[in-house]
Amino acid sequence: MKLKNKFYERIMAMLCWSAALSSVLALLFIVGFILVKGLPHIKPSLFSAAYSSDNVSLMPALVSTIIMTFMSILLAVPLGMFAAIYLVEYAGRGTLRANKSVMLIRITAETLSGIPSIVYGLFGLLFFVSFLDWKFSMLAGAFTLAIMILPLIMRSSEEALLAVPDMYREGAFGLGAGKLRTVFRIVLPSAMPGILAGIILATGRIVGETAALVYTAGTVAQIPKNPMQSARTLSVHMYALSGEGLHVNEGYATAVVLLVMVIILNIASAKSAKKLAGGA
Amino acid sequence: MKCFEIEKLNLHYGDFHALKNICMNIEKENITSFIGPSGCGKSSLLKTLNRMNDIAEGCRISGDVKLFGEDVYGDMDVNMLRKRVGMVFQKPNPFPMSVYDNIAFGPRTHGIKSKYELDKIVEKALQDAAIWNELKDRLKKSALGLSGGQQQRLCIARAMAVSPEILLMDEPTSALDPISTGKIEELLLHLKEAYSIIIVTHNMQQAARISDKTAFFLFGQVIEYSETESMFTMPRDKRTEDYITGRFG
Ligand SMILES: Nc1ncnc2c1ncn2[C@@H]1O[C@H](COP(=O)(O)OP(=O)(O)O)[C@@H](O)[C@H]1O
Ligand SMILES: [Mg+2]
Repeated sequence: MKLKNKFYERIMAMLCWSAALSSVLALLFIVGFILVKGLPHIKPSLFSAAYSSDNVSLMPALVSTIIMTFMSILLAVPLGMFAAIYLVEYAGRGTLRANKSVMLIRITAETLSGIPSIVYGLFGLLFFVSFLDWKFSMLAGAFTLAIMILPLIMRSSEEALLAVPDMYREGAFGLGAGKLRTVFRIVLPSAMPGILAGIILATGRIVGETAALVYTAGTVAQIPKNPMQSARTLSVHMYALSGEGLHVNEGYATAVVLLVMVIILNIASAKSAKKLAGGA
Repeated sequence: MKCFEIEKLNLHYGDFHALKNICMNIEKENITSFIGPSGCGKSSLLKTLNRMNDIAEGCRISGDVKLFGEDVYGDMDVNMLRKRVGMVFQKPNPFPMSVYDNIAFGPRTHGIKSKYELDKIVEKALQDAAIWNELKDRLKKSALGLSGGQQQRLCIARAMAVSPEILLMDEPTSALDPISTGKIEELLLHLKEAYSIIIVTHNMQQAARISDKTAFFLFGQVIEYSETESMFTMPRDKRTEDYITGRFG
């Protein structure tokens, strides 16, 4: 009996170990595959300032990606963060009726976060591009993405705020600090690392998004001169290159750049979260 | 001279009657301790005094609480009240920021901006809490790195930095080791020269050691309220006697 138990234990441990190993291998394989296919095709000309059909430079897309990320984050973060502050610090504490409206908002946000991005793209096309007549533009893209990441920002901010122990709030109230001061000076700084983690996740989604952008920001390969111009992000650029089938190699090279960007982003976020948590 | 006059105070949490018809006066520049088994309403009464119960769900209060003759539940500004009546909690709760910013938070809240003035207040508060020597070289370090006893004394210093008239303490030493507890008791005996202190304690020896007057609570009522010495030597009520001799609670 004892021997049999030991046997099962070893089998289970082996299974878990191989599951862990295969997920790491899958990741390594994808990264390795992209590097092998893409690295040889990274040439200085890929980074020239302008895109032409002969030289499919990724520079405009790189710049557009950064601009698009900033615009969407700038739109979504204040909204999501303040909504979360309202839910956790104001509405959540009090009567049962307030709690019901909080539940409703939460369910709505949850539902929104489950919608496929193509649906957001179509909504953006109908509303921002056509109805508001913003045409294919960075602005239409950024608004669409902002709506798409809003539930994510809200949810993660909410969780970060909920994780702040009540004793900090009591401590501040006990010193005669009002609600506003307590929330903005004590609670929000403590929640910042968690909120930042949500922002980073959202950034990842923006950088990786294609479906919602093709229909809203369009696919013009240029560095936009104003928010009303169309532009493509790196992901959209890759999608376009591989779709055309003429520059598949450059597509892989673009993937390498995208990969490096995401890795840098992750390291930076881990660093800043640590710094915030440690310095706080 | 009385600092608090409590008159026919009743407190309900929803349907639960947590404080029943409390009448008591609390002396100024004195240490008053609240003792009694857990759940008997000591913390509830303490929180009534600086209106920390306002945030508790379903809490209803009737009766009178006066601070130096002023109605606490009347027109008084809650934040001003809490500045005048400071609070130290059971679990040390320093904010996740530097020692200096912890102490300076209160004064900054009440409008003090000058660095010079803040420096002075921080030093004085830490000195009053007998922790200046331990902390003067780590003012810029996070308060979360301090030991539990240091954190609690920091919280006492933080409370004193807004120059309150009264300090409420809810079992301030229950999470601490005997040495830190001793330091804090010593500190309280020193502080009562200038402040009125009301302390909830689980520890009867502590009440006997440091307080001038003691109130014994049971099921939301004050059973006995008298000079500490007479309560511990000649309790008037049988239930008080049972409690302090350890027969129940
Ligand atoms: N916020 C609250 N909501 C509901 N009941 C509470 C609340 N706070 C305390 N109580 C109840 O009131 C009674 C007195 O609590 P408390 O004043 O904390 O007692 P003590 O400090 O003497 O241990 C307890 O039965 C407790 O369960
Ligand atoms: Mg208590």
